[in-house]
Amino acid sequence: MSVYDLFQIYEHDVLVIGAGGAGLRAAIEASNRGARVGVVCKSLLGKAHTVMAEGGMAAAMGTVDDRDNWEVHFADTMRGGQYVNNPVMAELHAKESPERVRELEAWGAVFDRTRDGRILQRNFGGHRYPRLAHVGDRTGLELIRTLQDHGVHCGMQVYMEMTVVSLLKSGERVVGAVGYDRERGRFHLWKAGAVVLATGGVGKSYRITSNSWEGTGDGHSLAYHAGAELRDMEFVQFHPTGMVWPPSVRGILVTEGVRGEGGILLNSEGRRFMFDDIPENYRQQVAATPEEGWRYVCGDRDALRPPELLTRDHVARCINREIKAGRGSPHGGVYLDIAWIRENMANAPGHIRKKLPSMYHQFKELAGVDITAERMEVGPTTHYMMGGVAVDGETQSSTVPGLYAAGEVAAGLHGANRLGGNSLSDLLVFGKRAGEYAAAFATEHGHKEPDAAQLEDIVRDIERPFARASGENAFSLHHELQDVMQDRVGIVRTQGEMEEAVAKIAELKQRYADVAVAGHREFNSGWHTALDLHCMLTVSEAIALSALARQESRGAHFREDCPEKTAEGATYNLVVRKGDDGAMQIRREPVLEMREALREIIERNR
Amino acid sequence: MSETNQSQPKRRFDIWRTKGDASSGGEGAFERYETEVGEGMVVLDCVHRIQAEQANDLAVRWNCKAGKCGSCSAEINGMPRLLCMTRMDSFSPDEIISIEPMRTFPTVRDLVADVRWNYQVKEKIRPFEPIAPQAADGTHRMMHEDVERIQEFRKCIECFLCQDVCHVLRDHQKFDEFDGPRFFQFTAGLEMHPLDAADRIPDLKHRAGIGYCNITKCCTNVCPENIRITDNAIIPMKERVADRFYDPLMRLLRFVFQRPSANR
Amino acid sequence: MNQPLLTPPVAPSQVRAFLQTRRTDLWWLSPLIVFLALVAFIVYSTWAAFEAQYFFTVGTVGPDGAIPIDKLGVQRLLAPFCSPVLFDPVGVQSGFAWFGEVPASWPSFIPYSPALLILAFPAGFRFTCYYYRGSYYKAFWADPISCAVGEPSLRGKNYRGEQKLPLILQNIHRYFLYVALFYVFLFLWEGIVAMTHYRDTNGTVGFGVSVGTLVLNLNTLLLAAYTLGCHSLRHLVGGGRNQLRRNRIAYARYRLVTWLNERHMFFAWVSLVWVAFADLYVRLCAMGIWTDWRIL
Repeated sequence: MSVYDLFQIYEHDVLVIGAGGAGLRAAIEASNRGARVGVVCKSLLGKAHTVMAEGGMAAAMGTVDDRDNWEVHFADTMRGGQYVNNPVMAELHAKESPERVRELEAWGAVFDRTRDGRILQRNFGGHRYPRLAHVGDRTGLELIRTLQDHGVHCGMQVYMEMTVVSLLKSGERVVGAVGYDRERGRFHLWKAGAVVLATGGVGKSYRITSNSWEGTGDGHSLAYHAGAELRDMEFVQFHPTGMVWPPSVRGILVTEGVRGEGGILLNSEGRRFMFDDIPENYRQQVAATPEEGWRYVCGDRDALRPPELLTRDHVARCINREIKAGRGSPHGGVYLDIAWIRENMANAPGHIRKKLPSMYHQFKELAGVDITAERMEVGPTTHYMMGGVAVDGETQSSTVPGLYAAGEVAAGLHGANRLGGNSLSDLLVFGKRAGEYAAAFATEHGHKEPDAAQLEDIVRDIERPFARASGENAFSLHHELQDVMQDRVGIVRTQGEMEEAVAKIAELKQRYADVAVAGHREFNSGWHTALDLHCMLTVSEAIALSALARQESRGAHFREDCPEKTAEGATYNLVVRKGDDGAMQIRREPVLEMREALREIIERNR
Repeated sequence: MSETNQSQPKRRFDIWRTKGDASSGGEGAFERYETEVGEGMVVLDCVHRIQAEQANDLAVRWNCKAGKCGSCSAEINGMPRLLCMTRMDSFSPDEIISIEPMRTFPTVRDLVADVRWNYQVKEKIRPFEPIAPQAADGTHRMMHEDVERIQEFRKCIECFLCQDVCHVLRDHQKFDEFDGPRFFQFTAGLEMHPLDAADRIPDLKHRAGIGYCNITKCCTNVCPENIRITDNAIIPMKERVADRFYDPLMRLLRFVFQRPSANR
Repeated sequence: MNQPLLTPPVAPSQVRAFLQTRRTDLWWLSPLIVFLALVAFIVYSTWAAFEAQYFFTVGTVGPDGAIPIDKLGVQRLLAPFCSPVLFDPVGVQSGFAWFGEVPASWPSFIPYSPALLILAFPAGFRFTCYYYRGSYYKAFWADPISCAVGEPSLRGKNYRGEQKLPLILQNIHRYFLYVALFYVFLFLWEGIVAMTHYRDTNGTVGFGVSVGTLVLNLNTLLLAAYTLGCHSLRHLVGGGRNQLRRNRIAYARYRLVTWLNERHMFFAWVSLVWVAFADLYVRLCAMGIWTDWRIL
């Protein structure tokens, strides 16, 4: 019997792994360019984690403030990313996102409107002007539904509730993937001219996260084990505001839009602590008084933003500090108050319900809190992975031929810290580019048979958890990993703790080899966890090693033992790859040189 | 934290378990489970706890856990609901809570229903067709008040609870002739779109069978996003169908004034 | 999208038997209330439809002299179920008839009453109303009796809904609406006439307000709130169009009707109860059982 008989086999020009915003956009683009496209997703179509994106998508369209343009957006993105971004990506992103947003509108998306009927844009942390095209506070849902509804008519084939466990190679080139379906646990094999990774984030490696069960770093791990390079893995974004109570919803996102609409952060003493600590590079851009901050929220062009709308890394650390100092709320968070705008507004409750409908709903249903009258309890939550597959800025191709990456799984655009709203436009801009170039690659290079030898290894690895009657429990290993990542490689990091983390991860990897799962392959969540755990261990190791290697604080990466930025730190990115001996190797790579014109733009917008 | 240290009250659940493998066609029975329930827990938390402690192979579909993705649809005490948005404190303490998969669709395993029929229906609906941009700068213009109406429909998370509860599908099995509330509402969102040029009214009448809806509003009652499906989507579409097919006066007026029927 | 079928669509869902459900709440309560309320209304209106004598108070003496003109004077009131009076019954001069006495060609085997000629219109409006349809389908022929509760198995796949005859005729609703709108104006007019035709004890006729005029005017108001919240009207005044905001008046109109439409169920019930009460009130006054007290 051939090993191929174990699989159901499909053939596509472009295989897209992941059906969130980036994956669907890539699939649409590749389909439109004539490629036969397959899309594999872990959930049902349209349920991907993109639906949780709330605030909006950043695009310098200038519909609200005509001073906005791509140059300001570019400068904002670079400043937010602390200048370790890939400038090519930041430039393309700033230039192309308005077109992507309007394209979405032409596919049926219904954004909120300005009075004269154009797309309305809202304020967000780190963006100088109102820049986020949005639909209330459910922009992600709008984006994914629009792409889904448009996409299904483009001729792509969707494989729902299937998980890819390995990429297939032929020599150096990626030529397909294998996976299993959740329903029956059968194996599937996709042959493809090119593969686009669009698998999203890694949040499930942490205990408190806004990510769903899908965010297990599959794409990062697939790429790494296929020989691709990962970069910027030390930069994990902790969103400042996640729910902290009740326990079962801990970590679920509370949109930055709450602060964009005037929400303020208070500690248990009722002090608006964000005014106490304003970083140097943002001092010129922050309101002097609460009153000025409110005017900014109301659209006064001369007012500066309230400190709650500083970048996420900074706000998250301030909240963390208040909690650690004992000035937190009863359930270990701080207070986020939007109800206070009653003082300034006649119909505040109605306004809040209209602008933040799903936040209102979420708190009402899950926590029993009426946000139009009461304060919310919030705390930092693991939210987004800036790091990921190292890609070429224009083509999104990884360092392995035939392998592309777009969206959260790709690195470069956001540098050390992502600005809110930049990720939805990232998905569209680079999803499109990945689809375009992957289709071109597939056309040019055609299909190639995968090396058969690797298939047997893969099958053995997938089935290994069933091989032994008893052993390590996948769920417990997962919890231990989450604990060590949360406590040792979290918002505030130190050398010693991270070394402990590296050691612990090594131990977990050892024990992972002994994982045992009982039962059958149908809908067996123990088995799924065991397979996902492999990815999370890889990603966690990369995060911990990179964080150890960057001996400074920058963006989302904050080290208590070296709390300052260094000049040298802005000159390199950390790159991780799998060595020939199978061990993880890490090295520095100089930050991509910027064109002189871009440098000037940054100077002008400082 | 304090809430984890206190001993928690036990609650009883009847959970639908399918027998045998997936080819057995979803036959099964309820099984009784007991687990501790802490403060603020929702039904999905309890299912997960039971899965972790007592039934590792219990199949349940879920994703965002915040009522935003519409994956964990099921029937709790006989009513279609999201597992993640049903709080335990909405039940009395001694109540036995029954949990079963959505019954209108075939059961894949335990609490997981096969909802692919819905995706197939959606593909039959004529997609959005934009009119040419009207503004001088080549972009579209829409008034916010005009789009608010369709934004309500676009809140839909596609949990398919409305499809599950609709008796036309549930009791009368009109899967071949009837699109169901989710897709009438979807079609309404396209039909009322100020930028859309396509015409789906004949389709609504013939292929989608909107006439089978007898407006008993169960879809509206179970919608976790509180979309007023019946009043704001289905009835307005029924009225547009009536305009086109059942109203001689309107036909006459249309004939006399040659009013274009598409985007008005 | 061509979703590959992993499993053939296995076992069709299990259709449940009549009344079978795992619902634990009082799911039968609301259809029961609807059933009882509508039955009560039908019983009353059947009686009222054939009651051809005591349908007005006007100060003129009825055929058997039963209408008392006491010292309080009398308001010119007409029972809403009989409005408009096209023809008076034989021997009755109500003063409300548009065309005098009922023609001799009226078949003798049908007892004539003014309500018989016109009651079909408001009844038709309510019968074809989207709100009532939904509720009486549940309460009267259990289709379904309540959400997620099993149906009588005899319909099964032969269910026709409103897709086919006979219920496809419900689409006539908008024509009943046109008549109902006429009714609102008619009632409004009658209310004004009633208030300006108070017949005093000394025989002078002038302005006067009694409990009866309030009852009737409130009836008009509630009927208007119900009628103007009609789904068909909402469609007519703007719902049928996709761009409304540009036309200010159309938009305001649509907003008003939408506001009422959101409360359609409420006004449907309140106006139903009140119209029956108003009808009964006038008849009780006409019978002399009740006295219509003057306020102004």
